[in-house]
Amino acid sequence: MAVEVRLPTVLRPFADGRSSVDSDGATLGDVLADLCERFPPMADQISPSDAGDLPRFVNVYVNDEDVRYLDSLATKVDDGDVVSILPAVAGG
Amino acid sequence: MTADPPTPAPRGPRAIRLCRADAAAIVTHARAGLPDEACGLLAGTGERVEVVYPAANADASPVSYRVESRDQWHAMRDAEARGLEMLGGFHSHTHSEPYPSATDVAQAFYPDWAYLIVGLGGAEPVLRAFRIESGAIAEIPVLVDPE
Repeated sequence: MAVEVRLPTVLRPFADGRSSVDSDGATLGDVLADLCERFPPMADQISPSDAGDLPRFVNVYVNDEDVRYLDSLATKVDDGDVVSILPAVAGG
Repeated sequence: MTADPPTPAPRGPRAIRLCRADAAAIVTHARAGLPDEACGLLAGTGERVEVVYPAANADASPVSYRVESRDQWHAMRDAEARGLEMLGGFHSHTHSEPYPSATDVAQAFYPDWAYLIVGLGGAEPVLRAFRIESGAIAEIPVLVDPE
């Protein structure tokens, strides 16, 4: 399934400066694994946590839905879906 | 002899300009969040804030904050629909100085944003703003218009 992945500013240097890339996969986890394989430095930022979930400071949306309210990395993606990755706004 | 390489221009706003009502709304949200830190997002044009988006603190903590991810998405989509840029985020320090903590610096993932901090530790709230890029903190002015 071809999906468009929109990248935040901080990840663009790892993808030759592009603001979006195409990817494939049946689930969000497949899509993120594909990105990590093609752009290895990105893996430090978006690889699943030790608990096998999204990293704490990474938000991902499929179309307009926050995947933390769907099935997280198991969220299914379909042809034409738009996956948006946003760093969390966080601090202390 | 070679010329020094040009110094890159700092990204992001060089000041944050707010109307009095927006500054008051930020302080109100910060106080309403006590004893936890409160947070939100700022959108506008150039250095002028035009919309304040109060958000839930997903950490629900007095020592840390994380803008609830749905609130972040809705704010960004709303700003885009209004033709505004995201200018930055804000959060409160409930007892400490309104200056970026080590956690603020470590988690500053938006180098072209302003980070506005509301200090609630004194008799009156204090608003200060900073750009944080590659671990470096640069304070920028907070300008509150009377109207």
